[in-house]
Amino acid sequence: MARMKFLCDSDRCIECNACVTACKNEHEVPWGINRRRVVTINDGKPGERSISMACMHCTDAPCAAVCPTSCFYTTADAIVLHDKDTCIGCGYCFYACPFGAPQYPRVGNFGSRGKMDKCTYCAGGPQADNTGVEYVQYGANRLAEGKLPICAEMCSTKALLAGDGDMIASIYRERVQRRGYGSGAWGWRTAYKTTVSV
Amino acid sequence: MISRILPVLALALGLGFAAPSFAQIGGPVTGIPGNPAAPNASAEELELQKILQGGRIAGRVTIPDNQSASLVQPAGRDWRAFHNVTLTWVGGIAVLGMLAIIAIFYATKGRIPVEGGRTGHTIQRFNLIERGAHWMTAGSFVVLALTGLNLTFGRWLILPIVGPEAFATLTLWGKYAHNYLSFPFTLGIVVLFLMWVKDNIPNKLDVAWFKAGGGLIGHGHPEAARFNGGQKMVFWITVIGGTLVAVSGYVLIFPFWVTDIAGMQLAHIVHGVISVLMIAAMVGHIYIGSVGMEGAFDAMGSGQVDMNWAKQHHGLWVEDEVKKARETVAPGARAAGAD
Repeated sequence: MARMKFLCDSDRCIECNACVTACKNEHEVPWGINRRRVVTINDGKPGERSISMACMHCTDAPCAAVCPTSCFYTTADAIVLHDKDTCIGCGYCFYACPFGAPQYPRVGNFGSRGKMDKCTYCAGGPQADNTGVEYVQYGANRLAEGKLPICAEMCSTKALLAGDGDMIASIYRERVQRRGYGSGAWGWRTAYKTTVSV
Repeated sequence: MISRILPVLALALGLGFAAPSFAQIGGPVTGIPGNPAAPNASAEELELQKILQGGRIAGRVTIPDNQSASLVQPAGRDWRAFHNVTLTWVGGIAVLGMLAIIAIFYATKGRIPVEGGRTGHTIQRFNLIERGAHWMTAGSFVVLALTGLNLTFGRWLILPIVGPEAFATLTLWGKYAHNYLSFPFTLGIVVLFLMWVKDNIPNKLDVAWFKAGGGLIGHGHPEAARFNGGQKMVFWITVIGGTLVAVSGYVLIFPFWVTDIAGMQLAHIVHGVISVLMIAAMVGHIYIGSVGMEGAFDAMGSGQVDMNWAKQHHGLWVEDEVKKARETVAPGARAAGAD
């Protein structure tokens, strides 16, 4: 099986936010929740770069490690998913996540956390693939249809890559060798304990 | 009295709420004005640097949620280690350790009897308002403690027995109970503080009381006024611990109202550590107030304690009460048969 990863080539990202919009549209993500966002560091200064970030589907995922109800599971493709039926919206995964991926609709007591929502790598959840109940809880299940995540597919500059880790790493490596520069794979060191050596 | 205490309490609460917003346990943030990232730093270098030095890689986002401008926060790893390792060990040792101490104490010394037996005469120790405030705080504390312990230990102890669905339902209701019962608990802490603080100022008697082992360990009988050294300790653990737990808890109930993710991690650490220590202390308090000492439960049960129990444990308080009672008798009144 593949080991699915995301890789954002920040030398290509133009902060168009198409990935953010495509994600929200594909999964009908509620107002106020962003499974993916584009962060610009050093905005307006030398070294400015934009990075599209969502759940990185970590190896040894911190969210799964701290969850009081053990609602997380890892698929055969190494995608980290969770069961909203056993999530209690405590917020622990948000404290532990390095990437700020877990999001909470404000429906709980005092207008605070409801059940957690995050990037599913367009792979749905524990419900049966591509059913109505799955869509309502987790959004589209593109992987079950043999497709890759919509964010990477929509990326106009192909800055955001999704797919098997070795494959997207080799694509990125080739790019860096051709153009002669590259700031590296953002989040890889933190999420996968590896980096893309060029 | 109340007018003097309230501003102090308000200030303490205010400071407690304000403190986490200044706290940057994650250290400086990279990528925002004033602390820019090195222009040519690679992802790998920046992530390594932030892991080693603390802090976050953050920038600017165009969506309204400013919290999402944090790109990588390695402090989550430290929080994970705290939650999964430190808190589990500290909590487990504190609570099980206290239970072990109690079991050993009960096995060796047994129940502390009322010296000279019960007289049948009683004296009022706590009135209805005092008992009501105590049980409101105690009742909510027990539920808060059990639901809180469930969040840390339930996954390992209860989930394998009842299964994921039942455990999720239990824990979800536990979360509601935990959130709502925080309000009577906090109110109880404030009321208990206002009612009992004047009798709980530490003094020389308490030093002597602790030197004598509170009469529990050594021999002899240390004198005590309305509250002895041990009870004063329970009072201050409740007031100070309860305030810290309440303040840090409200920071977590209302995410981002007071502080950011670093502040919430800190708030959870304070909440977790103080809570398990308080639970251990309260297990001791519950033991001595029920099984551990004959006659003690009456103080919070009916509010009427036996005269011999009162003299044994709170001799100076009994003297005061008796004196007060005598003073209320009309001046010039004489005991029958005094002539």
